[in-house]
Amino acid sequence: MQKRSIVPIVYILFLMLPIYWLVAMSFKTTNEILAGFSLFPQTFTLEAYQTIFTDPTWYWGYINSIIYVTLNTVISIAVALPAAYAFSRYRFLGDKQLFFWLLTNRMAPAAVFALPFFQLYSAIGIFDTHLAVALAHCLFNIPLAVWILEGFMGGVPKELDETAYVDGYSFPRFFVTIFIPTIKAGVGVAAFFCFMFSWVELLLAKTLTAVEAKPIAATMTRTASSAGYELGLLAAAGTLTIIPGAIVIYFVRNYIAKGFAMGRV
Amino acid sequence: MKTENQKAWFFVLPVLLLVAFNALIPMMTVVNYSVQETFGDNLFFWEGLTWFEQILTSERFHAALGRQFLFTFLILIIEVPLGIAIALSMPRSGPWVPVCLVLMALPMLIPWNVVGAMWNIFALPDIGLLGYFLNHVLGINYDMTQDPIAAWATIITMDVWHWTSLVVLLSYAGLVSIPDAYYQAAKIDGASNWSVFRYIQLPKMKNVLTIAILLRFMDSFNVYTEPFVLTGGGPGNSTTLLSIDLVKIALGQFDLGPAAAMSLIYFSITLFVSWLFYTLMTKDDLN
Repeated sequence: MQKRSIVPIVYILFLMLPIYWLVAMSFKTTNEILAGFSLFPQTFTLEAYQTIFTDPTWYWGYINSIIYVTLNTVISIAVALPAAYAFSRYRFLGDKQLFFWLLTNRMAPAAVFALPFFQLYSAIGIFDTHLAVALAHCLFNIPLAVWILEGFMGGVPKELDETAYVDGYSFPRFFVTIFIPTIKAGVGVAAFFCFMFSWVELLLAKTLTAVEAKPIAATMTRTASSAGYELGLLAAAGTLTIIPGAIVIYFVRNYIAKGFAMGRV
Repeated sequence: MKTENQKAWFFVLPVLLLVAFNALIPMMTVVNYSVQETFGDNLFFWEGLTWFEQILTSERFHAALGRQFLFTFLILIIEVPLGIAIALSMPRSGPWVPVCLVLMALPMLIPWNVVGAMWNIFALPDIGLLGYFLNHVLGINYDMTQDPIAAWATIITMDVWHWTSLVVLLSYAGLVSIPDAYYQAAKIDGASNWSVFRYIQLPKMKNVLTIAILLRFMDSFNVYTEPFVLTGGGPGNSTTLLSIDLVKIALGQFDLGPAAAMSLIYFSITLFVSWLFYTLMTKDDLN
């Protein structure tokens, strides 16, 4: 048993190395970065972080990203909950086909949809809003949320529903006050995945925004190309994008493994 | 047993409308472009299947498709066995389990362009940790902006770094669902480690592994941002995968017709291969 644990340790070290390098870079001065290799920052500086926290084009990038990711998670979970309930409890005309069709949307390359999305959202006048990105990300997040929630709901015995109706609960009251609390782990896991895929996606988010709702990732690419590659600044911005994900994952740490397994195939 | 209830459609209606809005309208736009030629000013001319013929016979498309299949193939044969091996060697319980899972999941939560930028900084020949180590400690001449092999090794390593954890987490979820009684029975029978793996662990992981392989196939086949930020498709065209080529045609050259035809061919290949994987892996369940 002891000898085996070397494998995960080596693997985690491998995962941490590039992250360490990014964080180390973010504390170096530009001069030090360009001067050559150093394993630790020699002249420790917070200059890059200072730039990010004082320049609105930088910090608004983070705020924009967090707004549309949150919006997307709320919309996805809100519409996926009743749908997943329907799939897990009832048979209806075309249910299997619909379920499969939903999943196929996860297979569409974002590159395929970038241009039509731009035209569609411009046509209905919500281009460059947080809502546009949130709605666009629904394409792949809703199917995923339905899939995960359906798995969790399938694990809840039907007797729970029947008992509640016998006790005189109406459907909405049962759904909100009994059913959702019962599968709250599933809601947490589904929300986690929606957050994750919306947070990491860049191509659509970048295509659908210009100024008002520009995500942090787009600010970073612009800096990378225009300012002659300010590595320290780029590294600091990158480091800050890891933090929200790390916070969210900490909250669902006990459900991650289970959440993955509950999806049905 | 599920009850028959057509009113259930009302529950799925919001999902249906939202996804259809996002999927059908853009898809119809793509179909529309794929059979027409445009010279700007919203003037369109019917072209029939010209673009499809052009794409299907173009060497550029074949080359990009070949690179894409090679990439996905390498990703799957590295990440799936590695992920299973790591999951098998993890402790089943204890205080370290959540710590391991959180650290392992971390790469998946980093925005994709940051993953590319991070590996770029990591691999810079003289000032990156990896580049410096390879060049100055091991004495290998490594520069991924010049050498196609080095560029390929780097994008593969980056993807292994980024996504192996998905396979680990899924396999691990399958493993912890195996009751202890199974292992005790195997022990009494004097089963070897291999037979425990082959006849107890692998069958129990089958469902989650199907999800893992499907997700890894779809995502690696559609990968765009990370290799684009890391190598920009170069040196030359050596790492221009299908998505990168598609974006070049659609947004770079603004050739809407060929790009749309290519999108549809691309999407059909993804759908077909996913369906193939799914059917092959769930075949035993049906019999």
